[in-house]
Amino acid sequence: MTQFNALMGGLFILTAFGIVGLRQILGSLRLFVAQSLLLAASAIILGVNHASIHLFIVAGIVLIVKALFIPWLLYRVLSHELHAKREVEQALDVPTSLLLAAGLTVIAYFLVNPLLTAAPDPFIRINLPVGMAGVLLGAYAVAVRREALPQLLGILTMENGAFFAGISIASDLPLLTELAAAFDVLIIAVVVGLLTRRIQKQVGTTLVGEMAKLKEE
Amino acid sequence: MVLFVILLIPLLVAGLSMIPAKNARVSALATIVGAAAVFVLSLFSALGIDTGHPVGAPIFSSWFSMDGLSVLVLLLVSFVGFAASLFSLGYIGRTVPENQQDRIRRYYRRFNLFLLSMLAVPLLSQVAMVWIAVELTTLLSVFLVGFENTPESLEAAWKYVVLTCMGAALALMGVLILYWGLSLSGGGEFTWSFLKTTSPKIPPVFVTTAFIFFLVGFGTKAGLVPLHTWLPDAHSQAPSPVCALLSGVETTTALYVILRFLPMVGGLPESALTAWFLVFGLISVGVSAFLLIQVKDYKRLFAYSTIEHMGIILVAAGLSNGTGTVGAVYLIMAHALAKSFCFFSAGAMLLVTKTREIASVRGLIRLSPLTGVSLMIGGLAIAGAPPFAVFLGEFSIIRAGLAQGQYGVIGALTIFIGIAFCGILYQVNRMVFGKASNPGQPLPLPWSCAATLVVAAVPVVLLGLFVPDSLNHLLRLAALSLGR
Repeated sequence: MTQFNALMGGLFILTAFGIVGLRQILGSLRLFVAQSLLLAASAIILGVNHASIHLFIVAGIVLIVKALFIPWLLYRVLSHELHAKREVEQALDVPTSLLLAAGLTVIAYFLVNPLLTAAPDPFIRINLPVGMAGVLLGAYAVAVRREALPQLLGILTMENGAFFAGISIASDLPLLTELAAAFDVLIIAVVVGLLTRRIQKQVGTTLVGEMAKLKEE
Repeated sequence: MVLFVILLIPLLVAGLSMIPAKNARVSALATIVGAAAVFVLSLFSALGIDTGHPVGAPIFSSWFSMDGLSVLVLLLVSFVGFAASLFSLGYIGRTVPENQQDRIRRYYRRFNLFLLSMLAVPLLSQVAMVWIAVELTTLLSVFLVGFENTPESLEAAWKYVVLTCMGAALALMGVLILYWGLSLSGGGEFTWSFLKTTSPKIPPVFVTTAFIFFLVGFGTKAGLVPLHTWLPDAHSQAPSPVCALLSGVETTTALYVILRFLPMVGGLPESALTAWFLVFGLISVGVSAFLLIQVKDYKRLFAYSTIEHMGIILVAAGLSNGTGTVGAVYLIMAHALAKSFCFFSAGAMLLVTKTREIASVRGLIRLSPLTGVSLMIGGLAIAGAPPFAVFLGEFSIIRAGLAQGQYGVIGALTIFIGIAFCGILYQVNRMVFGKASNPGQPLPLPWSCAATLVVAAVPVVLLGLFVPDSLNHLLRLAALSLGR
């Protein structure tokens, strides 16, 4: 059981790396769906292990909101963007940025180490560092990607990372909170998606990294 | 019961503004009436609080409750909300063309939802729900920031949503780690008041880690340096009444969440934790003091002053180490009132002069005496000139610091405040006095904008000279809820 969960964790980090470095927008979105599926799978594994119906519901929420609804929504709102046949603009070239991402993963392990020694548990040992790495890699993706949709996927990866840690360390959080958090992620996707469309209409580009009218001289 | 009514009113008005009436003036008036009702109800609940213990709402007492600090924040949000709704009537009426009634209705719907999310932050007592409410304050105001639909405002909205959502994800990590720590120490309600009493039992490493995530995550939202870059953009591009809400109270609600940690970290053996407050606070004050010297846009000037105030409040919280925090609480109040007043003056100035550049505004007092006088009062108030409330807050913080022997911190703080003081007053002075630059008859201010300036000026001017007993009591209760 733990080994299966570890596999999910490893694949989860891999998808986060993909969000940092993948060159096609549509591919990045597919990776995000895969990532959400892995999150749901890990929740199910933990649910079986703790015999908790609660975690199954969390898995269900994740599947509906993140693996189905958000991709469908982005597809509706930004289908033109998604099918653009171009490479995503990056602030750094891909090998460098993947190297830095690997460094961040190591940092994530160091960050959570004092917490792990205080509370040893085989599942938390996997989920917490992996989730933390997801949060950091997502933040890094936002910083290094220069286009709107890849930046949004970076934010969603951060949320996924926090959830990945959360299902192990805070598995008995009230269900209402889980629902509200999922709703919140949904609103992020709606708001940022609509904003992207409006920027594309008004400014004519989704290269948000290029927008630098507002700054101090 | 009052709690629910307070939250219900903005929701109802938001629903009302979706009705496609022929004239959007209905939703404007409904918003004003609703916000006024919310303010009156908040005032009543503030008078009902007379002990240090939180008062829960009936039935849902573990979800909604209020104590001194939350009532203070509630009062500030509702007052600024009321003033901003009044200002919106004239401002939006003037800046949005007559034939775009849809757009006006959309504005009021978003305005009310934004107000609702900010009212919810102090009223909710479950930490996880507070996180969601703070996140909603961002998401519901993104389109208010980008309301003008210019490339600049959309850029500001983008930076705003991306950076604060990143911050929120980090803060979520903090919330989860805190919950984990709580369940390790035996579990219980995940509320502020329960955490306050049970925090000594939580292993310190959990409180520390959660605190750092909270500080960085919510600090992004409060505009702490180095995560402040979105703030001057968003606070300068939004329509002025929205700026007043963003700068006056939205930052305060984020800071409120960070300050809630104070009773938990104050008692830890590693008291070095409060040093985080001092370091982040001093850096914010210093950087913003130097940045506001060289701004070209007057709304950015006020935005940097917001970062400065957030830094000062944080320093005050750090100095107190979980004991007396009257200075911090007083400054929270002074900041919310004075800063929103400044943005109302800035909005009036924009209507009169039609420019945002400091260099092209001269002799404002001749163009529009009311706007000129308001700007002068606002400038003096936020710079911290005596006898305004910001001055009294800063003074009591400096005195508290000196009493503790923190000479280095206080020395640096005083220098930075001095620089910011000169920077703000130099710019304001240039705009208010001198020979009027643009000839021709300036447009008169809409009556509701003028009325807002008068209404919002009352507490700004009065509170430095005289604090009513009931308010004084409330401030002491608020400081009490920050202590252990």
